[in-house]
Amino acid sequence: MNEGQLDFLELRGITKRFGDFTALADVNLSISEGEFFTLVGPSGSGKTTLIRILVGMDSPTGGEISLNGNVINDVPANRRPTCMVFQNLALFPHKTVGQNVEFAMKIAGVAPATRRERANELLELLRLPADFYSKRINQCSGGERQRIALARALAFDPEILFFDEPLSALDYRLRKTLEKELKDIHRETGKTFVYITHSLEEAMVMSDRIGILNHGHLIQIGSPDDIYNRPCNKFVAQFMGEVNTLEVVRAAEGRVRHVDSDASFEIISDVNDFESGFLIIRPEVMKIGRAAAELPNQIQGVLFNDYALGSRVQYQVRSEDGESHWLVERLQDDPFAASPGQSVTIGWRPEDSILVTS
Amino acid sequence: MKSLVNWVRQPGFLNALPVGVFLLVGFAGPLVLVLLYSFMPPKTFKLDQLPTLENYVSVVTQSYYISFGWSLTLAVVTVILLLIITYPIAYGMAKLFGKWATLVTILVALPLLISENIRLFGWVLLLLKNGIIDGSLQFLFGVSLSGLLYTVPAVVLGLVYVYLPFMLFPLVIGMSMVPDSLKEAASDLGASRLQIFWEVELPLSMPGILIGSLLVFILALGSLAESKILGGQVIVMIADDIESAFTFAQNWPKGSVLSVLLITLSLVIIFFLFRKIDLDRLVGRR
Repeated sequence: MNEGQLDFLELRGITKRFGDFTALADVNLSISEGEFFTLVGPSGSGKTTLIRILVGMDSPTGGEISLNGNVINDVPANRRPTCMVFQNLALFPHKTVGQNVEFAMKIAGVAPATRRERANELLELLRLPADFYSKRINQCSGGERQRIALARALAFDPEILFFDEPLSALDYRLRKTLEKELKDIHRETGKTFVYITHSLEEAMVMSDRIGILNHGHLIQIGSPDDIYNRPCNKFVAQFMGEVNTLEVVRAAEGRVRHVDSDASFEIISDVNDFESGFLIIRPEVMKIGRAAAELPNQIQGVLFNDYALGSRVQYQVRSEDGESHWLVERLQDDPFAASPGQSVTIGWRPEDSILVTS
Repeated sequence: MKSLVNWVRQPGFLNALPVGVFLLVGFAGPLVLVLLYSFMPPKTFKLDQLPTLENYVSVVTQSYYISFGWSLTLAVVTVILLLIITYPIAYGMAKLFGKWATLVTILVALPLLISENIRLFGWVLLLLKNGIIDGSLQFLFGVSLSGLLYTVPAVVLGLVYVYLPFMLFPLVIGMSMVPDSLKEAASDLGASRLQIFWEVELPLSMPGILIGSLLVFILALGSLAESKILGGQVIVMIADDIESAFTFAQNWPKGSVLSVLLITLSLVIIFFLFRKIDLDRLVGRR
């Protein structure tokens, strides 16, 4: 992470209500200068509302936003030194690529020659050929439009650049390419990026820090590593993708008991104040077959099906007592052979499991 | 021959046939007749005579340019006034009124169900000397506004009133084609309301503006009732001259020449507009 002012953008108790519905409840957040911060949440979590408030297109019902120490609640969007890349990009269809990129500079009264020079620099930064300058927007592909939208926002020279899931409409491969490109551009420009998305995977690739939003509450803020390895609750743990979740209660010291099957498992988390909650084990830390034989936590089950995921193979295993279904992943290279219907042993190391209380 | 039969038997052709015949007989036919009459000797009713340019010469040398001038001027004035008047209403209907927009639509469209002449006579009662406006002012304040009717402004009022829906509805459609996100993006990039209007809203709603303007212009150019009913004898518009030539003067060839010139004028303007301005390109769809 870049070293910048720690509370460059600060949100204190941001609340937004629409009638009886609370879209955002007491959101507190500090974003530092030069950071790539991503807000992640499912649809309806309030992330779009939050970003609209941050950009100035909506005002909060309560709370304070300050940028660089100045409260900007009442500053309208066109006077905020921030800029957004829209979900639908909102490029001006009646203007050329160059005119789109130059828009903010034209509004600011920059001389045409300077504008053009800067626009060409930005096109180059975004790996767009120079002849795009005079192209029309509808002659450009989806990926090119993304880059134009970003160039247009960068031309504004914003103190913070906001992104409202601009990649969501693109196909998987292009999205993956652009995610990395965006992170590269963040590095090259050193600007503060605030990104919102419903995909935690996308957030992981790009962000310095991630905030998880659900039902208008900011439930966890942390580095991608924190979010992945130390989720604060079941929701965050499950948000990343498929996980094995067991409802457990405290059994003995260092052990928890599965509520449904009465099986007990070893854990290493500090369980002094733990009474009940969930044990989370990601499929990729689970072992199957011989690799599971030596592990302290084991389940006997029947292999139900297998799915090829490319570099890995995923197995669905049903425990012999029928109380639980398990997902286990194995690298293609690891030796293992079993066909559906066969009995298998699966297991995991205590340090690979995550214990959450809610 | 066989391919011609097949071509004729296409569903598209057969379906278009009734309306095609109707247009040919009811629309193209009379126009051709008018064109033919314009080349016949003056004050004759037969079409089997030798063509002559006599009528064209007489129209050009006489003072018809005055009525052409009035028609053109009033059509342009009507278009400009209607743009100013209907733009805010259209904006409201497209973006602000929500469900009330339907009510406004009905209120604007409802008068179209009543004959234009009858509505104009309604204005006569309002503007007449000792009429509703003048009479009320005399009764209430003792001042008189007797000179309202039979003036050029009264004609303009009539034109603006009658052709308002033809400007309003294309404008509404034009404006609803401008996505709100584009305006938000412009604002986010620092544009003021006025700059958003000039840079985004106006160019993107231009198709509606042009189509509305064109409709009103063409209709006003050929208008007759407004100048006759509200203008009395104060001005003569070109449609008035055409009517007189065909009726009182019984000079069909002269009326035809005036008609041909008016139609040509309209066509030239339309072609000029649509050649100059590519609507799709204007809003970035091509």
